[in-house]
Amino acid sequence: MTAYEQWVALLTLMRKEIRRYTRIWSQTLLPSAITMSLYFLIFGNLIGSRIGEMGGVSYMEFVVPGLIMMAIVTNSYANVVSSFFGSKFNNSIEELLVSPTPNHIILLGFVSGGVSRGMLVAVIVTVVASLFVELHIHSYIVVVAVVAMTSIFFSLCGLINAVFANTFDDINIVPTFVLTPLTYLGGVFYSLELLPEFWANVSQANPLVYVVNAFRYGVLGVSDVSVGFAFAMIGAFTLVAYWYAAHLLRTGRRLRT
Amino acid sequence: MSPALEIIGLKKTYANGLQALKGIDLRVENGDFFALLGPNGAGKSTTIGVICSLVNKSAGTVCVKGVDIDENFPAAKRHLGIVPQEFNFNVFEIVEDILIHQAGYYGIPLKTALKRIDFYLEKLGLADKRRTRARMLSGGMKRRLMIARALIHEPSVLILDEPTAGVDIEMRRSMYEFLREINAAGTTIILTTHYLEEAESLCRNIAIINHGEIVKNTSIKNLLRELRREIFILDSRESLPQDLAVDGFTLSRKDDYCIEAQIEQGQDLAELMARLHDRGVRIISMRNRENRLEQMFVSLLEQAS
Repeated sequence: MTAYEQWVALLTLMRKEIRRYTRIWSQTLLPSAITMSLYFLIFGNLIGSRIGEMGGVSYMEFVVPGLIMMAIVTNSYANVVSSFFGSKFNNSIEELLVSPTPNHIILLGFVSGGVSRGMLVAVIVTVVASLFVELHIHSYIVVVAVVAMTSIFFSLCGLINAVFANTFDDINIVPTFVLTPLTYLGGVFYSLELLPEFWANVSQANPLVYVVNAFRYGVLGVSDVSVGFAFAMIGAFTLVAYWYAAHLLRTGRRLRT
Repeated sequence: MSPALEIIGLKKTYANGLQALKGIDLRVENGDFFALLGPNGAGKSTTIGVICSLVNKSAGTVCVKGVDIDENFPAAKRHLGIVPQEFNFNVFEIVEDILIHQAGYYGIPLKTALKRIDFYLEKLGLADKRRTRARMLSGGMKRRLMIARALIHEPSVLILDEPTAGVDIEMRRSMYEFLREINAAGTTIILTTHYLEEAESLCRNIAIINHGEIVKNTSIKNLLRELRREIFILDSRESLPQDLAVDGFTLSRKDDYCIEAQIEQGQDLAELMARLHDRGVRIISMRNRENRLEQMFVSLLEQAS
């Protein structure tokens, strides 16, 4: 395919993916706004007011970046895993597989759906958060870069999950048993300084730690880990996920017989 | 000039050990209307799956319009339009979107895609269903939608896997007409079907596949010439005489107005008619007891097994 044809194919996939989740906005965009409002209300206002400061800022301010990032992670992941698995389930993925669309365009198309939903939800959740706390962005560049890299990484993870899933139950296993625990243990609600040394070291293997802390740095200017190191880790995780997702498409594992 | 499709030594063994293709060779010339026949599980869909990249082959070479799929699959795919046996579109999408997406995957800009969508929906009797969700279409309409989708990038080779399953007679005829039309315009058509009369009326050449092997590959004319025996049903105007024996012919009485005549290769049907006429039997209509190709098909499969 020529570069122009690849561009047309990418736009087609992007349009399809974005239309898919905006058509069912009450299932894809609204729940995050409601859930996050409850988090802000309960953890931020009610419980947070009794906790006091954490990491040098009020608990409400501390928790907001983690909650925004949590919404980005779950939405990017959920969008791609459900869309790709849905295509696999109704065999419409064959429309793509028999076409000359290169694998990297297929990847980019699905990932762009996840990234755009992640970013849209981030905007919605940020607007909701601003009702509870006054937000000052410490570094816009860091914020945008972290949001982009994180949503790309978790979109790729969603695609990998979808490739291996055989049933709709399989697409819920990872979010329930892996993603949620990692999110809660990734420093959304607490500073790693509070953990015993052993668990603080174990947390270094959790990608959510880098994502949450880098984003918290972008918003508040505070972080439990070095921001440079956090970017390097997110980048490394993303590259590995991209390589593996591309490998799965190239070999046709679970997609071709 | 390279053939539309050339398959050499194609083998496929599935992970469970099933050898679906045992080294088939096949050549389909440009502009041909080609039938690939075989019983269920013979290897037809596996062959098509390999050609369109949904099945990974174990060995062999597949070239589409001279392009080896191992060397440049995207280029080979551009020549191919596939109508699979099972519905494989998102039933929650509207007809137009399904076609726009497929066009986009081939790099066709929206403006061009919309013009083609107008044309193919009109041709396939789906123009009034343009904004309808695919799940609301009947089985026959869904099948025609898949044909429109396969043609949206104007391929030079169209492969149809059981395209008329579930399509009513009237719609089947108009579909035949449309397929003949695009074949006459230069598109090579490869068809798998269970309706043998479909293959006989549409196709020029045929390959019969059984247990993963090609057991016959010839023209329909040649294949029918190989028929050694045909059975005809003859209807008489008047009640038939008790004694029906005609020297050299095997006849049996079905009822008072109907005869079953077995005609061996080399026997003259006109001679039978004349001799029956001499006996006062006037035949007013005649038909094959069963589809001729079906007889041939069954006998070939019996020989092969």
